Amino acid sequence: MSYYDVLVIGAGPAGLAAAHAACAGGVKVGIVDDNPLAGGQIWRGGPDQQTDPRAQSLWNTLRDAPNVTFLPQTRVLYSPEPGQLRVQTAAASDTLRFGHLILATGARELLLPFPGWTLPGVTGAGGLQALAKGGYPLRGKRVVVAGSGPLLLAVAATLKLKGAHIVAIIEQAATPAMARFAAGLLATPSKIAQALRLAAQLKDVPYLRDSYVRAAHGDGTLQSVLVQRGKGRGLETLQCDYLACGYGLIPNVELAQALGCATASGGAGTATVVEADHWQQTSVPGIYCAGEGTGVGGVDLALVEGRIAGLSATGQIVPTHADFGQRARWRKFAAGLARAFALRPELATLAGDDTIVCRCEDVCHGELRTHTTWRCAKLQTRCGMGPCQGRICGGATEVLYGWRPDAVRMPISPARIDTIIA
Amino acid sequence: MFEFAAHTFANNRANGDKGDSLTLSINARAITVAPGVSVAAAIAMAGSIVTRRSVGGAARAPLCGMGVCQECRVTIDGRPHQLSCQTLCADGMHVQTGALERAA
Repeated sequence: MSYYDVLVIGAGPAGLAAAHAACAGGVKVGIVDDNPLAGGQIWRGGPDQQTDPRAQSLWNTLRDAPNVTFLPQTRVLYSPEPGQLRVQTAAASDTLRFGHLILATGARELLLPFPGWTLPGVTGAGGLQALAKGGYPLRGKRVVVAGSGPLLLAVAATLKLKGAHIVAIIEQAATPAMARFAAGLLATPSKIAQALRLAAQLKDVPYLRDSYVRAAHGDGTLQSVLVQRGKGRGLETLQCDYLACGYGLIPNVELAQALGCATASGGAGTATVVEADHWQQTSVPGIYCAGEGTGVGGVDLALVEGRIAGLSATGQIVPTHADFGQRARWRKFAAGLARAFALRPELATLAGDDTIVCRCEDVCHGELRTHTTWRCAKLQTRCGMGPCQGRICGGATEVLYGWRPDAVRMPISPARIDTIIA
Repeated sequence: MFEFAAHTFANNRANGDKGDSLTLSINARAITVAPGVSVAAAIAMAGSIVTRRSVGGAARAPLCGMGVCQECRVTIDGRPHQLSCQTLCADGMHVQTGALERAA
């Protein structure tokens, strides 16, 4: 059992910024991440490989700090008692004790079921980007990128760089909402530069607005997708080897919930987020939350929230007005983004009765749609009771049926029996 | 109680350094990859992206790419239910996918 004054869960931008702010005080800092390399999704492949100077700067300081320990490929399972977390790697397990805890657990993609979405070759949008960064062979492959939000452009640019042929980018949002958002970008010049860079990289790629994938087809593996074009333009079939399809991000709030931190929901159509105060402190004293867990806002917001959490948790220096000002600005940007790319209702109607919704337990839409709550469906169909523990179908059933998941059960990730009885 | 390996940052950097290629086996077939390549990627390089069979027997392949969906789980060095998207290839590693029985 080892002790850390500040334990950070998640080594993405928020977690690294938090650890960076905390370690300056000389306290013992631990950073836990379930991936082999730090950086999270946006700096996947390791922060030292990134062109973003903030990644390298944070990483260099942390790597050289004698009071910082990195625990990669380490999954948090549950809290045996307050101030402790039980964790496991592929081969071992341990209990980590902490003084303060900073949750920087990020977000996952919202993946919605449609006929054919379980075919090999259909992935999340960020999912295929992550796989590509891990060396997934995409050279010469035809890829359709679909779903919603600016992530689609970043995904397409990455895949193109890896040698894929991007057949089309399919964005479900209609043009007027996106135009309003683009006008709003004037308040954030750095985002305009980023958007222009992406547009230049993707200038030959068709960008179909007001459109969405209705179905995926293939014999054994994916061969084509059926695309619904908006405004009466009908259906179109696109041949492809991969469909990278994601509808935005959902905060990972399970660990926070398991630790008793209060969560909030902004109402219908908005994700559950961890409640954090002005100092990024959750409702549980000593536990902080930063980054996507408090609401999806991207790397800039994650960095400033992480910094505030790290400073607050150690009390060495107080966050400045500039920190809070930046946070407010990026939160406003995130809210505009969410409005512009709000999901269209048709996306909840694509699954047929024989379309699988719960991929772990092979539970179909026809078995689920007659139930009224998440709990009822779980008890009678095993929906959400497989290894992903509702991480994928939970987001889908919320969009399809309006169900909110129940309280989190421990362990929050699949655990080996020897981890629990040790 | 197992020994729990906490890596220092220096170790981590050494592991991430690009060095020689490494050879592992996917369903008893040898494949050589560069360091830093995920097991999920090596499986795809070996010819089929399929990682597991569903409860109903259908072929499944990686979906989320980030350790959430559990679709990419395979057996690595005899240890079942390992997430191939979150595991880096290592020299001499043995990987078995759920696709094997149908492929044979």
